[in-house]
Amino acid sequence: MKKKVYPSLDEVVADVPHGARIMFGGFGGAGFPNNLIQALVRKGVKNITAISNNCGTREGELGLMFKHNQIKHVIASFPGPHSNHFQQRFAAKEVTLELVPQGILCERMRAAGAGLQGFYTTVGVGTEVAEGKEERTLEGKRCILEMPIHADFAFIKAQKADELGNLTYRLAARNFNPIMAMAAKTTIAEVEELVPVGAIEPEHVMTPAIFVHRIVQAKGLHYAG
Amino acid sequence: MDKPRLTREQIAQRAAIELPDGAYVNLGWGIPNLIADYLPKEITVYFHSENGILGMGRRAKPGEEDYDLVDAMKFPVTLIPGASFFHQADAHLMTRGGHLDVAVLGGFQVSEKGDLANWKIPGAKGSGGIGGAMDIAAGAKKLIVCMEHVSKDGAPKIVKKCTYPLTGLECVDTIVTDLAVIDVTPQGLSLREVAPGWRPDEVQKLAGAPLKTKGRVPEIHLQ
Repeated sequence: MKKKVYPSLDEVVADVPHGARIMFGGFGGAGFPNNLIQALVRKGVKNITAISNNCGTREGELGLMFKHNQIKHVIASFPGPHSNHFQQRFAAKEVTLELVPQGILCERMRAAGAGLQGFYTTVGVGTEVAEGKEERTLEGKRCILEMPIHADFAFIKAQKADELGNLTYRLAARNFNPIMAMAAKTTIAEVEELVPVGAIEPEHVMTPAIFVHRIVQAKGLHYAG
Repeated sequence: MDKPRLTREQIAQRAAIELPDGAYVNLGWGIPNLIADYLPKEITVYFHSENGILGMGRRAKPGEEDYDLVDAMKFPVTLIPGASFFHQADAHLMTRGGHLDVAVLGGFQVSEKGDLANWKIPGAKGSGGIGGAMDIAAGAKKLIVCMEHVSKDGAPKIVKKCTYPLTGLECVDTIVTDLAVIDVTPQGLSLREVAPGWRPDEVQKLAGAPLKTKGRVPEIHLQ
């Protein structure tokens, strides 16, 4: 059986190519795969399409990749008050942005993972978000068509993994991570603790191993607002 | 007009009275975030945080912070007994799916039909950001907007038609400002209460859409 546990951060991202579409978990400073992001910075990949709720906290989270001009397009709901490296690149037109309502961002990724070809929603009807999207009336309500968001990789952060890739998350650090794990072709989990198979009670598994392709252990990093 | 208006804290205090005991409630950024401090003592409200918490308590005190336990604004928080965590799809399933009893958002403009603009000021620098506001506006059973009655340059924020980028159409139920409590009804805006010392016609003058009144309009009463 192919081993999922990688010995180092650099090895686990070694085959990420220029131009990859990558989902990054995390919200509100919790649950960001900051060690994997730093490994991507060391690797120096360019022209990345990033899919994430926020655009970094100064040099933390995705801020480091914007600082090094590695991201050309970002799909996000709320770049955030401390996303200064993103804002500079955005103002200089070095990065493009698709703003998506937060729940819809999540649901579009979930659709990708669930094998659904899009969905209709009332969210965003009559707003800038609806521009260019198909609109129809369903059950008496105006709706727009939202399409799935796919990705080559999901970079996620979990508290604990067993060697098969069953995951648990800590407190509010769960956020986007389980959804992104389902949505990408290759999911890489950065975890605080690695435990033997069977050490996580089956009913405590939050992300089943089928969604997780690679695991690497690293001490988690936080960047306060 | 130099008569005193409600402070931001008093707007929050008045909005808190709108929350029923046992309600599941989401509070947005700005004035709504102050509401948690003004809940009437006799009621329990379960706060929903859109990063994936139900039953969020007060902010963490120094030394108590855990950076995996934060609200959507990145502040370390605490939990109340009976709290739960869930992933982002469930967090917004709760907002969109009509599971929250009340949501309270800030606003730049509200129209007489209850359209809300609260995420972008035209011409402002930077990228702007939507966050969860559009999901919340589309799905809340009752949506309250807390905001100043007029903008800093004196322009009415209650308008016939929003000119700022929209958050949602016909989504607002009640507006609490520093001068009034106003309900959005199928017949238009209805002035329910005015700030102490203010007359309905004075509040009307500072609004860009008609405010209907039925009989005498009582003053806002705060403890």
